[in-house]
Amino acid sequence: MKVIRYLNLTTYIMKNKFVQAVLVIALGSALVTSCKPKSSGDAVSGDAAEKAYVAPGKYDEFYNFVSGGFSGQLSVYGLPSGRLFRVIPVFSVDPEKGWGYSEETKPMLNTSHGFVPWDDLHHTEMSQTNGEVDGRWVFGNANNTPRIARIDLKTFKTAEIIELPNSGGNHSSPFITENTEYVVAGTRFSVPADYSNGDVPINTYKENYKGHISFVSVDKKSGEMDLAFQIVTPGVNFDLSHAGKGKSHGWFFFSCYNTEQANTLLEVNASQKDKDFIMAVNWKKAEEYIKAGKGKKQKVKYAHNTWDEHTHSAKSVMKDEVLVLDASELKDICYMIPCPKSPHGCDVDPTGEFIVGSGKLAALIPVFSFDKLQAAIKGKKFEGDYGGIPVVKYEAALHGEVQKPGLGPLHTEFDGKGSAYTTFFVSSEVVKWDIKTLKVLDRVPTYYSVGHLCIPGGDSKKPFGKYLIAYNKITKDRYLPTGPELAQSAQIFDISGDKMKLILDFPTIGEPHYAQAAPADLIRNNGQLKFYKLEDNKHPYAAKGEKEAKVVREGNKVHVYMTSIRSHFAPDNIEGVFLGDEVYFHVTNLEQDWDVPHGFAVKGANNGELLIMPGETTTLKWIPDRVGTFPFYCTDFCSALHQEMQGYIRVSPKGSKVPLQFSLGTNLPTTK
Amino acid sequence: METTKLALVSKILLFIIAGLFIGSLFVPMWQIDLDAPQYPEGLVLKLHANKIGGDVEIINGLNHYIGMATLHTENFIEFKILPYIVGAFSLISIALIFINNRKFVLAFFGTFILFVILAGLDFYRWNYEYGHNLDPNAAIKVPGMAYQPPLIGYKQLLNFGAYSVPDIGGWYLIAAGVMLFYIVFKEFNLFKRKQTI
Repeated sequence: MKVIRYLNLTTYIMKNKFVQAVLVIALGSALVTSCKPKSSGDAVSGDAAEKAYVAPGKYDEFYNFVSGGFSGQLSVYGLPSGRLFRVIPVFSVDPEKGWGYSEETKPMLNTSHGFVPWDDLHHTEMSQTNGEVDGRWVFGNANNTPRIARIDLKTFKTAEIIELPNSGGNHSSPFITENTEYVVAGTRFSVPADYSNGDVPINTYKENYKGHISFVSVDKKSGEMDLAFQIVTPGVNFDLSHAGKGKSHGWFFFSCYNTEQANTLLEVNASQKDKDFIMAVNWKKAEEYIKAGKGKKQKVKYAHNTWDEHTHSAKSVMKDEVLVLDASELKDICYMIPCPKSPHGCDVDPTGEFIVGSGKLAALIPVFSFDKLQAAIKGKKFEGDYGGIPVVKYEAALHGEVQKPGLGPLHTEFDGKGSAYTTFFVSSEVVKWDIKTLKVLDRVPTYYSVGHLCIPGGDSKKPFGKYLIAYNKITKDRYLPTGPELAQSAQIFDISGDKMKLILDFPTIGEPHYAQAAPADLIRNNGQLKFYKLEDNKHPYAAKGEKEAKVVREGNKVHVYMTSIRSHFAPDNIEGVFLGDEVYFHVTNLEQDWDVPHGFAVKGANNGELLIMPGETTTLKWIPDRVGTFPFYCTDFCSALHQEMQGYIRVSPKGSKVPLQFSLGTNLPTTK
Repeated sequence: METTKLALVSKILLFIIAGLFIGSLFVPMWQIDLDAPQYPEGLVLKLHANKIGGDVEIINGLNHYIGMATLHTENFIEFKILPYIVGAFSLISIALIFINNRKFVLAFFGTFILFVILAGLDFYRWNYEYGHNLDPNAAIKVPGMAYQPPLIGYKQLLNFGAYSVPDIGGWYLIAAGVMLFYIVFKEFNLFKRKQTI
């Protein structure tokens, strides 16, 4: 009986297809599970902790300037510890630091659209001299309302922001030439030019939309930026860029996609062509055309904002003209190099000979040769033109392809020892390969889906190697979870040996895209400021000593010339302010020593706080909304008597007879 | 054979001594180093012949907590006189080469020692004055606490450790003193006498 039953059951199982399928899946999943690497912990080598460990009180080897992505800011980390030192406010307001809240900083965020409180900083690029990182400035791009910022590394403060006309989505920016002659910006969105009618049907992209590439010159000494010229191209999406260096100095390379010129459902419509382009721009030639007067002056509107270290204030100037060169008319400025599958990263190796294009949907990496490109241009090895721009034959410019490197290559950096390192979003890995032989040398997984990567000096002529940092797009289970919204994840690899070794994971602010790193000494010894000299303070409302502290009424505006020093404000008792007044607290920090900032906040202010560095004057505008007495205090724990650093401002009804008075230490009780 | 005249080596030394005196006018004579947990980089008072240098402003800023009077070069007559005294010492050293008489050297050595003692006493007096003459309304009052820096050496003053030591100029003067001492010893044949005993 039992045997028969068993046989029946077996035949039943074999006959029933559904049960069979279930068995197959169960067996298959068991196999897969057993094949899966046990955990990412396995990827960490035994001496990782030692390699990433920077003992308390010791300094990191490198500064890492990391774009904040949608935070709009720039964060500064140490390598190899991954410790966060500072978040420099750039394109987004920061009430903590008064950025965009103090009267002095508001003009920094001014644009042709007015005050813009947020942006999306994707890429950082450090200034270079002779193709080497020089530690003077770091540039950042604003993606949403196109702008470029220059951050001064003497003060770690945003010193300048310039807006870019004719642009939408300033993505292929702020990459620089090897002597920081130019910082460039290529528009991600082609749009109708600002100097043409923008009120056109969206489906007239092909006729009416244009790409504009901006060349912003940088003054050698002051660093001041100026929109030197733009090159107008057919409408495409410019994605990333890098300057030629060494032999290819004088050229700039921009990746572009959507050469299909789609205006809707780009994920399908812009992925149709087998190859898009890398656009090679001969900017030295462009300079010649500008000199020869071939640039057309076009009416536009853009803001140029500069910070003055002596007045501790920003100034915003609206400009109204730009010189534009037409790439389709001037045939020898721009050349298109076919590049597979919507290229994203566009990276030039330290010698300047090899240009790596990364098609984000490709399963190979094409590497182009600058020498071959020059020969192709000379020999007119063109396969036609794109909107009037010559298209070089793919094979004619190609050095070779890296075969089967991974899926979805994005960005490449270099170690200066002949190797390139490319990130793969889809296969979530970093792959090391040999630039000359195009052989894959090593691969490491990333957690998860890496976007950009950074090797100190990795896009310059002189990479410092040693570390590679992967900035990942997906975090998932890497850290203690914090609800639906997680920290972003970066990972440091030791690349000093043949094999890449994961040594540290660290969370980051915002969403990091591109980052740059430089040896710590280069930045530490660049004349970095410890405090501002009070004697150099040219702020019109500065009070350079307590004797200069005062309150002045001008109509309904009340200017408080206030000083702060450990541990009091002068004045700290203010009366005679009326409802309807606008009160400006101009606070000067009289300290002249390192790391003695004072803060300032007043109750009920619809505003941020002030953080005032020694020797600096900063202004908080306060419009009292009711009659009463309002405390103000120092918000930065400055001294043993910080809790005593406070004061009162009395607000009386409009038309009240209370005289304007202010004092420090003399307003003693009248009753005993 | 004894002579009152100076040996060549003594004359050369006197020339060097003159140089050391002049040199000391261009560098700080004395320093008071202050260390505290919050000041890992340290604060330093540099006493030159003619002024107070170093982190005077920062130290003055901190002193208000304990009610110590602020330091200002113009409040010390010493900084007006001292350069002349040291300058005169230099000239005297040169003059001694030409006077060429060991007795005068001995007299000068005595004068120098006297100067050092007086300067030390004066320095102590000021240290005492600043360390004890405190504002009764100061924020930090520690009963029985005085903030007199040490004349020389180390002393803990609240959260600050104070080291009072000669600076470059001070070492020049010490070197000058030692050389003078050597000349006196040599010229009065004190070495030989010892040997003959």
